[in-house]
Amino acid sequence: MDLSYSPEDIAFRDEVRAFFADNMPEDIRTAVRNGSELGKEMLERYHTILNAKGWLAATWPVEFGGTGWSPVQRHIFEEEACRAYAPRPLSFGLAMLGPVLQKFGSKEQQEYYLPRILNGDDWWCQGYSEPGAGSDLASLKTRAVRDGDEYVVNGQKTWTTLGQHANRIFCLVRTDPDVKQQQGISFLLIDIDTPGIEVRPIRLIEGGHEVNEVFFTDVRVPVTNLVGEENQGWTIAKYLLTHERTNIAGVGFSMQALEEVKTLARRTTRNGRPLIEDPLFAARVAQVEIDLEAMKITNLRMLYTAQKQGAPGPETSILKIKGTVIMQELRDLARRALGPSSAPFPGHITDGNLMLAPVEAANNAARYFNGRKTSIYGGSNEIQRNILTKTMLEL
Amino acid sequence: MNFDLTEDRQMLSDSLNRFLADKCPFEHRTKVAYEAPYHDPALWAGLSELGALYAFGTEEQGGFGGSGFDITVVFEAMGRALCPEPLLGAAMGARLLAAASADADDLMSGAVTYAVAVGELDAPYDLDGIACTATLAGEDYTLTGRKSAVYGGQAADRLLVAARLDGQIALFEVTAAEASVTGYGMIDGGGAAEVVLDATPGRLLLADARAALEDAQAAGIVALCAEAVGLMDVLHRMTVDYLGQRKQFGRTIGSFQALQHRAVDMLTEIEQARSITIKAAAELGGPDAGRYASMAKNLIGRAGRLVAEEAIQMHGGIAMTWEYPGAHYAKRIVMIDAQLGDTDYHLSRVMAA
Repeated sequence: MDLSYSPEDIAFRDEVRAFFADNMPEDIRTAVRNGSELGKEMLERYHTILNAKGWLAATWPVEFGGTGWSPVQRHIFEEEACRAYAPRPLSFGLAMLGPVLQKFGSKEQQEYYLPRILNGDDWWCQGYSEPGAGSDLASLKTRAVRDGDEYVVNGQKTWTTLGQHANRIFCLVRTDPDVKQQQGISFLLIDIDTPGIEVRPIRLIEGGHEVNEVFFTDVRVPVTNLVGEENQGWTIAKYLLTHERTNIAGVGFSMQALEEVKTLARRTTRNGRPLIEDPLFAARVAQVEIDLEAMKITNLRMLYTAQKQGAPGPETSILKIKGTVIMQELRDLARRALGPSSAPFPGHITDGNLMLAPVEAANNAARYFNGRKTSIYGGSNEIQRNILTKTMLEL
Repeated sequence: MNFDLTEDRQMLSDSLNRFLADKCPFEHRTKVAYEAPYHDPALWAGLSELGALYAFGTEEQGGFGGSGFDITVVFEAMGRALCPEPLLGAAMGARLLAAASADADDLMSGAVTYAVAVGELDAPYDLDGIACTATLAGEDYTLTGRKSAVYGGQAADRLLVAARLDGQIALFEVTAAEASVTGYGMIDGGGAAEVVLDATPGRLLLADARAALEDAQAAGIVALCAEAVGLMDVLHRMTVDYLGQRKQFGRTIGSFQALQHRAVDMLTEIEQARSITIKAAAELGGPDAGRYASMAKNLIGRAGRLVAEEAIQMHGGIAMTWEYPGAHYAKRIVMIDAQLGDTDYHLSRVMAA
């Protein structure tokens, strides 16, 4: 056993750290730090910066313009990115569709779409969930009926993250309603500006707009936009989900959040002393810190296995469950540390003289409520438990 | 032993529930709770006409209540309807005015709205940390300092302000229009204000107000706990209804035992929350009021977080949306923890007692 990084890993870490020190725009760093909504322009600018360095597609092989990094290198990069308050690159094109096209796409699809993801020509969003198909994704009903060289798509997708900025959407659609659910699904690429598509915003619990509903009415999609074989969509969806799982523990984000909580607790006065000296609050912080230290090693152990075996295993569900719970606990502490100073609706008090909290903590209550999504999306923590029951317990 | 409401309180409860179901339906609530002035003056007038505020005053004051159970009846109904009206200032204010032998007619009629301004940025919960000071200038007092997150302060005509006077915590009445009051909406709906006092005139109500403030805070805690019980009860019902309706994998998700047991755990905590609130209400005004109020607020803080988070989780994405009423119930339940002392603050008070 040796828990330390190799000299090569350390050199890589130093290189990444120096890159962020030299290239992270201050306005983007501030927006991430303050938990503000990042607009389209900021995300695209950050992509361009990473792409210029050749570091945008962390999970792609070199032949497709990716970094070819090992799982450990990807982990180091993510850790450093969090440390620098860099945003998380948009996962839809890079972490989801890219690997799918590389594995299942035609040569034409690969040559057309992959460079467009890298250079920012396309902003992809995901058309998976439907109002009636959440945890039970395979029950999806959006229909695609073949008509000559086109599919005609009708139905509704939901929880489409940042769909308001997207020009394309990849969708799971039902192409055969008469077979076992999983066997009648196909994977389609659709242009958002195709007639018959309507994107409607969903306002979230804390007031923000990051997800949407997408309605399809007689939307005509060329058959050439099918990825893989017709009715092979479920296999592709499952493959994509394993890719979504890299960095699922969010260790870097939690480390950042832990530091924020400690900083806030040092500068907050409660009962006549700094909150960090309150034994009850300090105990809460210490408990999460213990869980996080363990999670760092659990995460590295699973990275190590993935590196040896070539793919992450079902035990990554443990990372999803515990990683999200740790993050949510930290968001709870950040809100708790502010007490009544977390009460104002985001943006209602902006006058520096009247603000109740340091600017980077002012949205803590909103971030706590928004953060409840992490144990619901990407396969809810209940679904992760089902996966673990099936794969690890063999019950 | 008798855990039934008296006939009068049952009537008050029924009429409030009916009134709020009619005048404060969810769509209306969401509209008024998030737009200035962050409550609905017509709803306030309606509650006043119904006599809800007289429940906070004793018969000596001209009210018909003033006990812990009068407070819980009103606030549980407020919680059920997720009503954003700033009643807390009246519930606490009635007791403060009584302690000062000051007239409370205008408070109970609803003609004058009160907010209680105790908490400060560096002392959100405890009286000992109050830094706001009072100075005698000639025959009049002036106040200087800042009161933070004054609930209902955005809509108040008068503020009951705790300030230091000759080493004691004293109570003053300030006309809101004479102070610098910046109102804002809260993340869970309803409003609050930052109150900046800069040699602002104040009328002395009590030179040594510690006991009166502790009593008012205990009353406020009983009110918030009752509100939370009403909120949790409704949110739990919504969750159970959803479990019974939502189908995934060809069956209702309520047929999964893992979710059934979690819904039962919520129920257990809500029953415990109701019990400790009843206890705190029964002790209000007595020598152990503070201790039982702290017990109640601690338990409510723990139960509230469990109920809010589990309700969202078991609903899934739908409870993450603004459109879903349960999301707003969950927000209010969580944010109640930050009013009048949170889970940890009250745990340490129980430990010290």
